[in-house]
Amino acid sequence: MIKHPVMLAGIVLFLFAVAGAGLVALVHQQTEARIIANERLALLKQLNALVPAQSIDNDIVSDITTVSAPDRLGAKETQVYLGRKDGKPVAAVFTSIVPDGYSGPIKLLVAVRVDGSLGGVRVISHKETPGLGDKVEERKSDWIYSFDNKSLVNPPSAQWKVKRDGGVFDQFTGATVTPRSIVHAVKNTLIYFRDRGGSLFQKPGT
Amino acid sequence: MATSSYGKLITEGLWSNNQALVALLGLCPLLAVTNTAVNGLGLGIATLVVITLSNATVSIIRNWVRPEVRLPVFVLVIASFVTAVELSMNAWFYELYKILGIFIPLIVTNCAIIGRAEAFASKNSLGRSLVDGVAMGLGFTLALTVLGAMREIIGLGTLFAQADLMFGDIASGMTLRLGDDFKGMLLAILPPGAFIGLGFMIALKNIIDKRLTKTRQAEALPTAGTEPAAG
Repeated sequence: MIKHPVMLAGIVLFLFAVAGAGLVALVHQQTEARIIANERLALLKQLNALVPAQSIDNDIVSDITTVSAPDRLGAKETQVYLGRKDGKPVAAVFTSIVPDGYSGPIKLLVAVRVDGSLGGVRVISHKETPGLGDKVEERKSDWIYSFDNKSLVNPPSAQWKVKRDGGVFDQFTGATVTPRSIVHAVKNTLIYFRDRGGSLFQKPGT
Repeated sequence: MATSSYGKLITEGLWSNNQALVALLGLCPLLAVTNTAVNGLGLGIATLVVITLSNATVSIIRNWVRPEVRLPVFVLVIASFVTAVELSMNAWFYELYKILGIFIPLIVTNCAIIGRAEAFASKNSLGRSLVDGVAMGLGFTLALTVLGAMREIIGLGTLFAQADLMFGDIASGMTLRLGDDFKGMLLAILPPGAFIGLGFMIALKNIIDKRLTKTRQAEALPTAGTEPAAG
C-alpha cells in the first residue's frame, strides 16, 4: 500500500506539515512571554506619558473598564484605563475613536484627570495623508500637545474648534479635516467624562 | 549553472541576477515598506533569514521529496520559517515589528523565495544553496535599503531615522539630517515615489552594466587584434 506514489507523497507532505507546525509551536513557546511583556510595556509607556507613573500607585494596564457610548467615544465598546492612588481616582484614559478622519477612523488615547482637565492626548493609529494630516502624530509635530491641561471650561465650550472655525486649536496648511475631527472627538470624550465619569471608578463588587 | 563557482553565485545574487532589480520579484514588500532606510533594512534582513533557511532546507530534502508534492512542501517550509521569524521579531524587535506590520507575514508570498527554492536549491548541494540564499537575500536587502534611503532623503530629509528601533539605543545618534529648512518632497514617500525610485534604480543599474560591457569590449579588442600577429 505504501508503495503507491500518491500515498508516499501524502506521507511526505504530512511529515513536513508536522515538522513545520512543530517549529512554529517551539518558537511560539520560546517567545510568548516576551511578546506579552513587550506589548504590556509599550502600553504602559504610552499611558505613563499621559498619566505620570508617580501620580498613581495602581496597575493602570490591568485596571480596565469597558463602557459603551458610540455617540461620544466613537465605538460600540471603549476601553478605559483607570489610574488611582491610595484607592482614590486620579485619571481615566479613554481609547476614543475619531469616526470622521480624512481617510478612515483615527484611534486616540485621551487622558482625563478627575478634575475634568486633560492629562494629554495621543494618536495611536491613523491613515491620514503623510506630510499633511499626519502632523497629529507626536513625532511629526507638537500639535497634539496643544490639548495638555485643557478642559471644557478652558477654553470655553464654544471655542473647542480649530481656528478656521473660530476656535483656539491650530489647523495645518492643507489639512483641516483631521485636526477638526480630533478636536471634536476629544471634546466629546470630555463631555462623556463630565456626565458619566463618576461611575467609571466604581469597581464591580466593591 | 551547476558548474558556476561560489564567487559567481555571489555576483549573481548581488548584481547580475538581483531578485529585486533584475528578476523584479517581491515587488509588493519592496514598494510598500521602503519609505525609510531602516524599514527597508529591517524587512530585507527578515527576508534574508527566510531565504537562507528555506534554501538550506529545500536543498537537504531535495532527493526525497517527490516531484508531485514538491511545491506544497516548499510552501510549508517557507511559511513555517516566516512565522518563526515573525514571532522572533515580535519578541526582540517589537517597535520595528509594529512598523513593518503585515509585511512580515507577507514574506511568504515573496516569489523570490519560492523562486530560488524551485530554480536553485532543489537542484544544488547544501553549500551552494546556502551561498545562493545569502547572496540573493543580501541583494534584495541592498535594493530595499538603497531605495528606502533614497526615498527617505528626498521625502523626509533624513537618513537612518529610528535606527535605534533596530540596533538599540547606541544607534539613536545615527540619524542624519539634511538641515532643518528641508521639509522633504512628499511624493517620494507616497506609493508613486516607490515606483519612480525603483525605475531610477533599474535604469542606473542598466547604465552601469552597459558601461562595464563597453570597457570590457574596449579592453578585449586590442588583445584580439594582436593575437593573430603573435600566432
